[in-house]
Amino acid sequence: MHNLTIAELIKGLGNKDFSSEELTRHYLNRIQRLDGNYNSYISVTEDIALEQAQAADKRLAAGEAPALCGVPIAHKDIFCTNGVRTSCGSKMLDNFVPPYDATVVENFRNDGAVMLGKVNMDEFAMGSSNETSFYGAVKNPWDTNCVPGGSSGGSAAAVAARLAPAATATDTGGSIRQPASLCGLTGLKPTYGRVSRWGMIAFASSLDQGGPMTRTAEDAAIMLNSMASFDAKDSTCVDHELSDYTASLNDSIAGLKIGVPKEYFSEGLNPQTAERIQAAIAEYEKLGAQVQEISLPHTHLAVPAYYVIAPAECSANLSRFDGVRYGYRCEDPKDLADLYKRSRGEGFGEEVKRRIMVGAYALSAGYYDAYYRKAQQVRRLIKQDFVDAFQDVDVIMGPTATAPAFEFGAKSNDPVAMYLEDIYTIATNLAGLPGLSIPCGLVDNKPVGLQLIGNFFAEAKLLNAAHQFQLATDFHTLTAPGIE
Amino acid sequence: MMEWETVIGLEVHVQLATKTKIFSGASTAFGAAPNTQACAIDLAMPGTLPVPNEQAFRYAVMFGLAIDAEIGKCSVFERKNYFYPDLPKGYQTTQLDAPIVGPGHVEIQLADGSTKSIRIHHAHLEEDAGKSLHEDFHGMSGIDLNRAGTPLIEIVSEPDMRSSEEAVAFARKLHSIVTSLGICDGEMSQGSMRFDVNVSVRLKGTEELGTRTETKNLNSFKFMEDAIKLEVERQIDLIEEGGEVVQETRLYNGETKTARSMRSKEEANDYRYFPCPDLLPVELDDDYIDAIRQQLPELPDARQARFVEQHGLSDYDAGMLAADAATAQFFETATEQCGDAKLAANWVMGEVSAHLNNEEKGIKDSPVTALQLAGLIARIKDNTISNKIAKQVFEAMWNGEGDADAIIEAKGLKQMSDTGELEKIVDEVIAGNPAMVEDWLASDEKKRKKKMGGFMGPIMKATKGQANPGMVNQILSKKLNDML
Repeated sequence: MHNLTIAELIKGLGNKDFSSEELTRHYLNRIQRLDGNYNSYISVTEDIALEQAQAADKRLAAGEAPALCGVPIAHKDIFCTNGVRTSCGSKMLDNFVPPYDATVVENFRNDGAVMLGKVNMDEFAMGSSNETSFYGAVKNPWDTNCVPGGSSGGSAAAVAARLAPAATATDTGGSIRQPASLCGLTGLKPTYGRVSRWGMIAFASSLDQGGPMTRTAEDAAIMLNSMASFDAKDSTCVDHELSDYTASLNDSIAGLKIGVPKEYFSEGLNPQTAERIQAAIAEYEKLGAQVQEISLPHTHLAVPAYYVIAPAECSANLSRFDGVRYGYRCEDPKDLADLYKRSRGEGFGEEVKRRIMVGAYALSAGYYDAYYRKAQQVRRLIKQDFVDAFQDVDVIMGPTATAPAFEFGAKSNDPVAMYLEDIYTIATNLAGLPGLSIPCGLVDNKPVGLQLIGNFFAEAKLLNAAHQFQLATDFHTLTAPGIE
Repeated sequence: MMEWETVIGLEVHVQLATKTKIFSGASTAFGAAPNTQACAIDLAMPGTLPVPNEQAFRYAVMFGLAIDAEIGKCSVFERKNYFYPDLPKGYQTTQLDAPIVGPGHVEIQLADGSTKSIRIHHAHLEEDAGKSLHEDFHGMSGIDLNRAGTPLIEIVSEPDMRSSEEAVAFARKLHSIVTSLGICDGEMSQGSMRFDVNVSVRLKGTEELGTRTETKNLNSFKFMEDAIKLEVERQIDLIEEGGEVVQETRLYNGETKTARSMRSKEEANDYRYFPCPDLLPVELDDDYIDAIRQQLPELPDARQARFVEQHGLSDYDAGMLAADAATAQFFETATEQCGDAKLAANWVMGEVSAHLNNEEKGIKDSPVTALQLAGLIARIKDNTISNKIAKQVFEAMWNGEGDADAIIEAKGLKQMSDTGELEKIVDEVIAGNPAMVEDWLASDEKKRKKKMGGFMGPIMKATKGQANPGMVNQILSKKLNDML
C-alpha cells in the first residue's frame, strides 16, 4: 500500500480496495517501526489520524467523498495545527499548541485528508540540511549518513521512506526543491501568493511559500489543488484564478520552449550532476521541446541578496518569541532584559541566532542603505532577468542543487558553503516565481533533481512538463535502498 | 536680562474610532477586562498575519483632506523594531517614508484674535501598543493587550508654536477637527488623544533652533500646558546658569507637576525600520479620495463662519460653540426649537457648560437635552419666567425633575404679570417704605433711576421673585413719578 501514489490511493479508496483506516494504520505502523532510522516525524498524531480516517471511510461509503478523502499526509511542523503542538523545529516552540489551523491545514482537512503527524524541519526553516532542528537531524533514506536537505528535510525523508504518501512543505530559498532533489522526490514551490501563509510560521515573509512534497508530478498537482486558495487572512495572497492542476497534465509538450541558463552550469556544479541534468534536458528534446541557452545575468547576486533580505525579515519575524506570552521562557528571570536575553538565547539554536544577528545588522542605522536597500535593488534586477527570459521561453530548466546529498557535518561548520546549497533555487524565491524539482537520475547512488522554473502562476505548465517527463522516464519510481 | 523664545512642535496620537483594530477583527471598545479584546493576531501568535482595516484608511484620508494635505496615494507600512512586553510582535507596524497624509496646515486663533497657521509635517497610520501595568503585581508587571492594535494616526507638526498657549490652541483645534470628522471620540481621559511635545528655547531674534527635549504621553490640555511651562523654565534656568540642554526624552507627572529624564539620545533605540513584508503598499485612487471628500462633514472653521452668518453670533461665541461637533449640534438643536440663537448660545456656554465642567461630563452625557433647554428658553422668551427663575428651573431639570413647563407648574414659578395684582404690591411696598420714598423724591433725576432699583428687592421678596421685572419697573416708575 505504501508504494502507491496519491493518485493510486484515491482510486483504491474509491474502489474500496482498502479503507482509509487500514491505510492509515498501515502508515502509522510503518512510522512506529521505521522512523527511528530517519527521525522524520516530530509528532505522530495517531488519535487524530484514526479519527479522521474513520470519518473519511464513512464519507467514502456514503459516496460524498471530497478530493483527498481518506488519504494520509504529513504536515511540516511549520504549519499551525489546532490543538497539536507546532514546534517549527525549535526549542522555543517545544511547548506551543496553537488554537488555530493554518489555512493549508484547513484546506486539506476540508478535502478529507488524514493527518499522520507533524514532520521535522530545520529550526524555523533555517537550514539546507535539516541539521539545525531541535529534534535532531533527519537522515536521508537513500543514505542515512547523508542529509536529506532542508529545511523541509522531514517532509522529504518521510515521503522517500514511504512513511507518508505526501507531505506539505515550505520553501523560502529552496527548502522544498533542494530536499526533493536530495531525496529523489517531486517538490513544488508555487508562485508567491498562490498558497496562503496564514498559520505558516514566518521565516522571511516576502519569500516563504508553502507547497507539496510528493513522489510524482501528478500527485503534486492533486496536492496543489487542495493547497492553493485565495485567503483574505493573508494580505499577500493573490486572488488569481484557481485551476484544476491535473487537467493539463497530459497535454503534449511538443513545441515547449525551454530556456537553459548558462549561469546555472558554472564551476560550482558537480560534473556528474551536470551530466544528469543535460541528459534530462535532452529527454525533453526527444519529447518535442525546443531547447535554447539563455542568460540570467544577475544569478551570481542571488545568494548575497537573499542572505540580506531573508535574515532582515527573520530578525523582525522572530522578535515575537520573547518569553512573554507563549513558548520558551527562561527560569527565574532577574529582570526584563534577563528574561529577553536568556529566553531567546536558550530558546533559539545557533543558526537562527546567526541569522537574526545578520538581519539586525543589515537593518541597523548606517548600514540599511548599503545592505538592505541594495539587496532590494538587486532583487528587482533578478526578477527582471526572469521577466526578460520568459519573453522567449515557457520554462527554464537547470539543476536544483549543485550535487547529491552530502554527509552530516560536511557543511554545518561552514555557513557560506551551506548557503551556496541553494544557489540555483534562491533566485526564484526572490522573483516570486514557481519552481519544481523532479528526479532525473542518480549520482553515487543518490538522487539528483532537475529544476523547472515557470512564469508567474504557470504551475499547471510546470506540472504538465514534469508529468510528461515522468511518463517517458522512471527516475521518479526509483526507491531508496532498503525501503520495505 | 536675556529674552528667550520658546519653540514647540507636537506629535499627536489620535485613536481612530473604528469598531475593530487596524490589523485584526478584535474590538477596540474601551474598558473591557484585561486581554479580553486581544485575538491571536493581537497576541502575535506564530503564523498569524495582519489584514488592514479599510475604515482606518478612510478616517486617515478624512483627516488629511480636513487639513488640506496631500493624500499619500501609495502608503507603505514599516516595522519599527524594539522589544517591550506590551508590544507583542517586537515591532510596531507604522509608516515612515510613505505616510498616508502629507504636509498640510491647521489654523489656530490666538488670544489677540489673530489667526496663525501651524504647518503639519505629515500624519501616518500605525497601531497602538498594549499597556503595561506596574501596580498590584508584587514587583512583577501585568500586560493588557486590549489596546494593542488599536488604529492611530500620529500627527506630526512643524516646530511652529511659540508658547504653551499656542500649543494648547493647536491641540484643541486638532481635537475639534477629529471630533467634528467623527474619526475620534476625543475622550482624553481614555487616552484617545495623547501628546508628545518637543520643546526648545533660543534667544529672541536668533534663527538657529536650540537643543530640544521631548516630553511624552501627555493626555490632557492642562498637563500639556503645565509640562511645557515647566520644561521651558527648566531649559532657560539651565542655560542661564551656564549649563546645556541635553537631547532627551522626558516624562511628566501631572500629579506632582514634575518631570524627569527617561532616556538620552545616546540610549535611544535603533528602530531598524523596514517595509513590512506582510502588508502590500496601499494604493488609493483619485475616485476613492474624491468620494471621501464629497462626504466630509462640516469642519469647525466653516461651522464657526456659518454660526456668525446664520445665527448672528459673535466670532468668539461662534468659535466656542463650533469647536466641538457635539456642542455645536446641541446648540443648533436648541436654537431650532426655541428660535433664539443668542439665548441658546448664552445658555449652552453658560449654565450647560458650567454644570458639565463641574461634573466632568461631556455634552453627550448632559442630563438636560437640547430640546429641554429649548423648552426652558421658550418660557423666558414668552415672559412666563424671568432669567433668574429660569436658572432655578434649569437646576431642577438638571436634577431630572422633568421638563421646564412641568417644573414651573409644579413649583408655581410662573411669573406674576397680572397688572392689578402687581399694582397692589407696588402700592404696599411704597406705603411700607416711606424713608426710601422720601430719599427718592429728594434725589436728582440721575440718581432717581438708580435708586428705583432699591424698591425691586422688597417687591421681589413679596412675590417670591415671580414678579415680571419689566412690568414692575413700569408700574413703579409711573407711581413714583406721579408723586413728584
